[in-house]
Amino acid sequence: MQKIYVGMATCGVSAGADAVYDRLKELIEKENLPFELQETGCIGLCAREPIIEVRDEDKGESAFYVQVDPKKAEAIVQAHLEGKKADEYLMDEAEYQQYYGKQKKIVLRNSGLINPHSIEDYMERDGYKAIEKVLTSMTPEQVIQEMLDSGLRGRGGAGFPTGLKWKFARAAKGEPKFLVVNGDEGDPGAFMDRTVLESDPHSVIEGMLIGAYAIGASRGYAYIRAEYPRAVRHFNEAIEQARAHGFLGENIMGHQGFNFDLRVKEGAGAFVCGEETALIASIEGYRGVPRTRPPYPANHGLWGKPTNINNVETFANIPWIILNGAQAFASMGTEKSKGTKVFALAGKSKRTGLVEVPMGITINEVVMDVAGGIVDDGKFKAVQMGGPSGGCIPARLGDTPIDYEKITATGAIMGSGGMIVLDDKTCMVEVARFFLEFTQKESCGKCIPCRVGTRRMLDILTRITEGNGEPEDLDTLESLAKVIKDQARCGLGQTAPNPVLTTLKYFREEYEAHIYQKKCPAHQCLPLVTFTVDPEKCTGCTLCAQSCPSDTITGAPKQVHYINQEGCIHCAGCFRVCPDDAIIMD
Amino acid sequence: MAKPDEKLSPVSTFLWEGHSTRDYVIKLMQTSQAEYGYIPKKVIKDISAATGTPETDIYGIISFYKQFRLEKPGRHVVKVCDGTACHVSGSNMLIDQIEEDFGIRPGNTTEDGVFTVEAVACLGCCSLAPVVMIDGKVYGKLDASKVKRLMKRIHRKTLKEMKAEQESN
Repeated sequence: MQKIYVGMATCGVSAGADAVYDRLKELIEKENLPFELQETGCIGLCAREPIIEVRDEDKGESAFYVQVDPKKAEAIVQAHLEGKKADEYLMDEAEYQQYYGKQKKIVLRNSGLINPHSIEDYMERDGYKAIEKVLTSMTPEQVIQEMLDSGLRGRGGAGFPTGLKWKFARAAKGEPKFLVVNGDEGDPGAFMDRTVLESDPHSVIEGMLIGAYAIGASRGYAYIRAEYPRAVRHFNEAIEQARAHGFLGENIMGHQGFNFDLRVKEGAGAFVCGEETALIASIEGYRGVPRTRPPYPANHGLWGKPTNINNVETFANIPWIILNGAQAFASMGTEKSKGTKVFALAGKSKRTGLVEVPMGITINEVVMDVAGGIVDDGKFKAVQMGGPSGGCIPARLGDTPIDYEKITATGAIMGSGGMIVLDDKTCMVEVARFFLEFTQKESCGKCIPCRVGTRRMLDILTRITEGNGEPEDLDTLESLAKVIKDQARCGLGQTAPNPVLTTLKYFREEYEAHIYQKKCPAHQCLPLVTFTVDPEKCTGCTLCAQSCPSDTITGAPKQVHYINQEGCIHCAGCFRVCPDDAIIMD
Repeated sequence: MAKPDEKLSPVSTFLWEGHSTRDYVIKLMQTSQAEYGYIPKKVIKDISAATGTPETDIYGIISFYKQFRLEKPGRHVVKVCDGTACHVSGSNMLIDQIEEDFGIRPGNTTEDGVFTVEAVACLGCCSLAPVVMIDGKVYGKLDASKVKRLMKRIHRKTLKEMKAEQESN
């Protein structure tokens, strides 16, 4: 029987996948059609959601349809009933090759292929085989050695070797030991962890089981952002199933003395809780304020007990490494960065979505090949990596490989996997201001360099984008950045200046244009933009004149209008309201 | 503790299940907010009594985490995404348009109680940028005029409903 899979992770549902699913269900049930309907997770190419796949397992064939709506779904079902394909809605073959061709799926090995509600689906694809192998043939020390050999590094962003972290946690004294998965994915524009939790929750649970065995942990927490209700739901459901199958609980899989159970803790909307000591405070029920390290959580974590915290993506890698061997993993990537990395591609690229690429691939390959370049034939200007802790890498450094050290050398960081593509319509000063506003708001306020320093930097950046920048501002920004980096207590503060420092390094001329010429080269900082009417396009509809709050637009109906620059307050109201794109921003 | 009356708040049901330690404080507040849309003073007192957490600490947690509200929100909560992808695709234009139409900036509720507008960091559907989420439903690929039409429509409908409710009371 043919199976129809509907991609129903958050991006699919946001684009309308649930309506497609409902329509298909109705059709199949009402007419008793020979299709099996399944929900699946993220198929990856968010830009073309909702995506459905019609899979014929007997023939080993499958067809992907993009931007499906309930009506198209009917046509697709009809075509397959007749043994054909609905050609006009198929995913473009070239696009499929470009997008998926360079990808290598380890973390996303099941994402979009299995029904995330079904533990049986996961088990059919070697699920829970890795923990079985570990329990029957490996000592905890061997598991840790395997991780060290694989070269796997923390995917949360800092890149600390996972095997080493486990070694410390195993050596730490104290009972019980805790194992935590950090799913507090807070970088704006990053949704890798959410997708894994939604699309393949059991891979994270299995990774945690292997970790628990290696370090000797008996209790676990999954700290997941409250903004991810679907991920929380799927993960809770997976925990229940794993318990029912004896993968969680006491004497797991008959292994005497191996006990581990797991509970979800929802975050409550605080970016700083991604920092591990803040995360611990939050699980304990306090304000998520970081504390000074050492002592590290490995020795002094949850309730003072040894605690090991890894990222969602890190855990999802682990079962694959156990089953395929450390060497298979280490054979991919660069000297110090092994395996693959998942990125959430967003911004101004033609294709956006979730990609998993081998380490060592260049930024250009990701942006120009996988993502297909820039929308509207725009110019590739930079990629923002690492969110508020990261920085902007300019297009001219596009041959930089994806590698922890190489990315850090540019001034950005690998980060958790947010990759925002920027084009020439994006103002880099405004991007820096945007991230500083974010970190300033999210600063917990405990230490002065971060609390006051980010505020001062934000004030200066805001002033520059409003056209009131002064020549000495750039030096002040640089010296403030240095103080904050050196003296802030936790990672949030220490990395907060990165977006400013990288844009100052690579796009200094844009800052100077704002300060000296009072111009925004990208025409994005409204106080620095001149609004005029394009006489060719203006139809004299009068909407702009009606909406202008300072009554500075004149013109009779059906005649070209005119904006008097003296009275313009740069609100862009005319631009927003114009139905004919006749307002020029320069 | 006796099993609470069905009509009582979910907070007391939750407490009855034995979750009365400090590490449940945040969960209890989330339960309350899911039920009432905010955290009423009475609930703060209840949580404090049940978990032995000082009320000042609870206020401290509420003010620390963005999720919590101390005031009743409007009928419809409009979350304007201002994550990176939405920001570079013009989310500020949406925020300005909402201010022009309804006179409020993010963080506020309209006087008629129809909308609470919030700016949020990232809703995670970046490929649909710029997006807003209204009562949990995502509206993507918006521009100023689309958000205007969308919110005006909901506004008209809600005012009608509110009027009908008043009359029936």
